[in-house]
Amino acid sequence: MLHDLQLRFAATLRGADNAPLADYIDAPAGRIAIYRNTVQGSLVETLRAAFPVVERIVGATFFASRARDFAAAAPPRRPHLSTYGDGFADFLATLTTTSSLPYLADVARLEWALNESYFAADAPALDPATLQTLSDDHLAGLRLAMHPATRMISSSFPIVRIWQVNQLDVTDVPAIDMSIAETALVTRRDGHIAVRALASGDGAVVAALGADQVLDDAIAAAFAVDAAFDVQACLHAHLAGGTFRA
Amino acid sequence: MPAFAAEADDARLTTPWLEIHSENYLCDGGPRLAMLDAIAARYPISCHGVGLSLGSAEGLDPAHLHRLAALYARLRPGLVSEHLAWSVVDGIYLNDLLPLPYTAESLDIVARNVDAAQDAFGRKILVENPSAYLRFSASHMSEPEFLNALCARTGCGLLLDVNNVHVTCANVGGDARAYLEAIDAAAVGEIHLAGHTVEDGVLIDTHSRPIAPEVWDLYSDLVARIGARPTLIEWDRDVPDRAVLLAEAAAAQRIMDSAQLKVAHVA
Repeated sequence: MLHDLQLRFAATLRGADNAPLADYIDAPAGRIAIYRNTVQGSLVETLRAAFPVVERIVGATFFASRARDFAAAAPPRRPHLSTYGDGFADFLATLTTTSSLPYLADVARLEWALNESYFAADAPALDPATLQTLSDDHLAGLRLAMHPATRMISSSFPIVRIWQVNQLDVTDVPAIDMSIAETALVTRRDGHIAVRALASGDGAVVAALGADQVLDDAIAAAFAVDAAFDVQACLHAHLAGGTFRA
Repeated sequence: MPAFAAEADDARLTTPWLEIHSENYLCDGGPRLAMLDAIAARYPISCHGVGLSLGSAEGLDPAHLHRLAALYARLRPGLVSEHLAWSVVDGIYLNDLLPLPYTAESLDIVARNVDAAQDAFGRKILVENPSAYLRFSASHMSEPEFLNALCARTGCGLLLDVNNVHVTCANVGGDARAYLEAIDAAAVGEIHLAGHTVEDGVLIDTHSRPIAPEVWDLYSDLVARIGARPTLIEWDRDVPDRAVLLAEAAAAQRIMDSAQLKVAHVA
């Protein structure tokens, strides 16, 4: 009996109709609504916390409504809600009502990457001194592992700029050239999350290393897309930012 | 607790211990866990789970149990608690503490789940009475009867939330004083105090207000009867200045101190 009651209670709280519970309780509708508002409303709050820039772009009312739709279609299956919101970007991409905001799903992917980076496992970052001890041959054949908190999101839109100008403390949002494609790199160093746009050669290096290619091949991939690629500056920035793990 | 990280890091914070919601720290790493480790190095920590769903007819989620066990092995908390409630059915997590009918079947299910949790954690847990907004027609035990029986069957203790007793009795009927007197004193390992709001005549357990005078009175009587217990002020929405929170904690301490004096007099 208890399992049946719990199935009916869940259906009642996830929907709008109290009828499934009629056999079990005789309570005013408002009492059930207290539980329903908590169950549905708390998930909207969880998504708001994870996707503040998406909310700012579409507005609070529209966001809350779509967040409720997502929660109805893909309810959480784990009680630690720091993992809830995976899939929200893909859900946004399916909406016809946001077709005038073609960059929205990619901005959501960037926000989810930030969320994942924040909660990812700890690991020591690669120490530049380690590389200095290696011979050129060794360096050329080196494979570098991504730090668990590193994420890269490539988009046909300027997602880093869109993300930056839609921070809550930016009041004067400038016009952005939407024809620019950007690759965002998210890193975590000493507990701080950083986001930056990678130039084309830089993005090619990180993509190649992330695909387990050796450093020489990754650098070749960078020169293939950018003849003026600066190897030293690129590696220096990644080592300082903690892109790779030791 | 994140809102209080800076304060907890302040050597002048004189609170004797702190409580966390376990589910907020089930991440793999990052700054939140680092902050918890820093705080746990300086204060005794109590872990209050909000998602294990002891009342689930389908049993506990083994993956969640495993993650909690790992957190508790890492932190070695002074107290571990969960709720007499359910949140999971058909693998879906409903983010609330939902009520149970108090029947023999429910008691069997909750006792089995408490046994599983205590086995996985290798320790005794405390089970908290929920705040309720409705009751089931099938219930044939009172909540204190159910809780006492659960403690007797499993060896678990009680986290007695005095505000929840007040809220539940006001909302679904019952006398809060009689409720507290029916509770087995020896089982009580921790007490929660919190504020509530009133909406359309229904008391809502919001943790957003000062503790109500009626709840202070119930707490005084309870402590006079059973003695002092570790007491936590829960205030996690519309959180006030630290001074307001510490004043609530100090008021609870004064009540405990005066009860101890009375006990000493009688002896």
